Amino acid sequence: MHNSTFFVAAVAVAAAVFGISTYIGNDYIYFAGYVVLQYIVLATAWNILGGYCGYVNFGSAAFFALGAYSAVFVHKFYPLPIPALIVIGGIVSGIIGFGMGYLTLRLRGVFFAIATLAFAVVLQTLIINWDYVGGSRGAYIIRPSDFPGLGSYIEYLYLIMLALAVIAVTTARVIERSRLGYGFAAIRDDELAAEAAGVPTLRLKLLATSISGALMGMAGAPFPYYIGYVEPASTFGLAYAVNSIAMPMIGGTTTWIGPLIGAILLGTLQQIATVTISSVVNLLLVGVLLVAFVIIAPNGIVGLVQERLRARGK
Amino acid sequence: MANALLVIENLSKRFGGFVALEEVNLSVTRGERLGLIGPNGSGKSTLVNCICGTLTNESGTVQFDGQQMDGLPAHQRTRVGLARSFQLPRPFPSLTLLDNLRIPLLYTVQARSGLLRSSGDVDTRCAELLQLVGLDGKANRWPGDLTQVEMRKLELARAIAAEPKLLIADEAMAGLSHTEIEDILKLLARLNEQGITIILIEHIMRAVMSFSQRLVVLVSGRKIADGPPDQVVRDPEVERAYLGQ
Repeated sequence: MHNSTFFVAAVAVAAAVFGISTYIGNDYIYFAGYVVLQYIVLATAWNILGGYCGYVNFGSAAFFALGAYSAVFVHKFYPLPIPALIVIGGIVSGIIGFGMGYLTLRLRGVFFAIATLAFAVVLQTLIINWDYVGGSRGAYIIRPSDFPGLGSYIEYLYLIMLALAVIAVTTARVIERSRLGYGFAAIRDDELAAEAAGVPTLRLKLLATSISGALMGMAGAPFPYYIGYVEPASTFGLAYAVNSIAMPMIGGTTTWIGPLIGAILLGTLQQIATVTISSVVNLLLVGVLLVAFVIIAPNGIVGLVQERLRARGK
Repeated sequence: MANALLVIENLSKRFGGFVALEEVNLSVTRGERLGLIGPNGSGKSTLVNCICGTLTNESGTVQFDGQQMDGLPAHQRTRVGLARSFQLPRPFPSLTLLDNLRIPLLYTVQARSGLLRSSGDVDTRCAELLQLVGLDGKANRWPGDLTQVEMRKLELARAIAAEPKLLIADEAMAGLSHTEIEDILKLLARLNEQGITIILIEHIMRAVMSFSQRLVVLVSGRKIADGPPDQVVRDPEVERAYLGQ
């Protein structure tokens, strides 16, 4: 399928999803759907660095929070519409992603992962001590009750996140089928051999951290309006970092569809568990599923299907 | 030497206190077939790594095609026209054979010359390369499905795919049968006729002797002989290094 055809198809699917949501017409659908969509963006963004290039980032929450806090900062300084905040959040997180990549990409494997975790802690400490954006007290953002032309404001946020999910998934797919995607795959498989084959590994990895960081920041930018109250402990929460890793792992990391499947599956399951059991069950659910998948299907759901197809093809 | 493609001067490499290469001087002429031999641990692969930029040498210089290579990362050296196969094959395991060859085509040939613009051209070239090394028919298989021998052929094909001026084959023939060695030698000879300079690193003396126009011997990181193959193997110092005193 051609990239533009794919984009049109993705928009069509998103439009259908939005149509069904408005047909149901319950605000809860928007609240729950927003979180699932947000995880589609985060998981897809994580996968561009973690799945395509093989560099495990434990600092997803920090990039998400960067987007959220960029929005808080701009909101306090001079309120702008949310799409503009998303662009700003994306740029800030992309630049920080580049910087983090530049400082840490000489590390490999588990050392890179530790460095990203440390980076998240450093950033959280900075935010806690930055009074302008609320420091450890947090910051309130009063969102308007409705959006002109659409109805409730949450419906508007839901629509925005839907658009972001389309952008993220399309970006991932375009990368996957491009020269860049092959370069990423070569880096993931064998960096030394990739260099010998002419792949500029450092430049490509920097590109991956920037794109991945930018998308995470974009996912975080509307968050203050969704939640209404932003404070460091929850914005830098463990759930974001863990889910961003677990969802692609469960779905499958080598293709664009893996994180999508993982995020929809795990995200929905978490929303159901929150309502029916308790919100504390969320992370437990992720943990159990992750362990199960690592043992049973280390290449995720997509890997499992591919293996079946391959076995049948032989 | 005016016609030298590769000039190495006073190259030294240390790993901590261990001297892997000591003041190596070597010059390779355009179109030459050079054999590089030496006992295990004599620094052959280290030399290749220093030439190709996988390792950085502490002192000395590497000049290729009139350009200074020192400080250039490996991928830029590949683009200039230096290609190598790894001693232990390092395929990209998650990519099919076709896609394994696609990497150097996209990142070297396309990036260098702007050739192979369409993905159809790239596919055709990948198929040609696979046929060249006798791996056609396995284009859509994964490296994990290959035998060690096939893996070596893939390794060689990937190096050739970069369309190098100088090809360094690091033990491309280890573990291969007589006929397979003949096949690879024929392939290398054909590439050489097309104008590619070749450095062959090999333990199989029969292959080295029949292929090389010139033979260089490394022992303990030092070059101890450099000359016509039949003279070099009769050199008393070379005999001592290989057979002991």
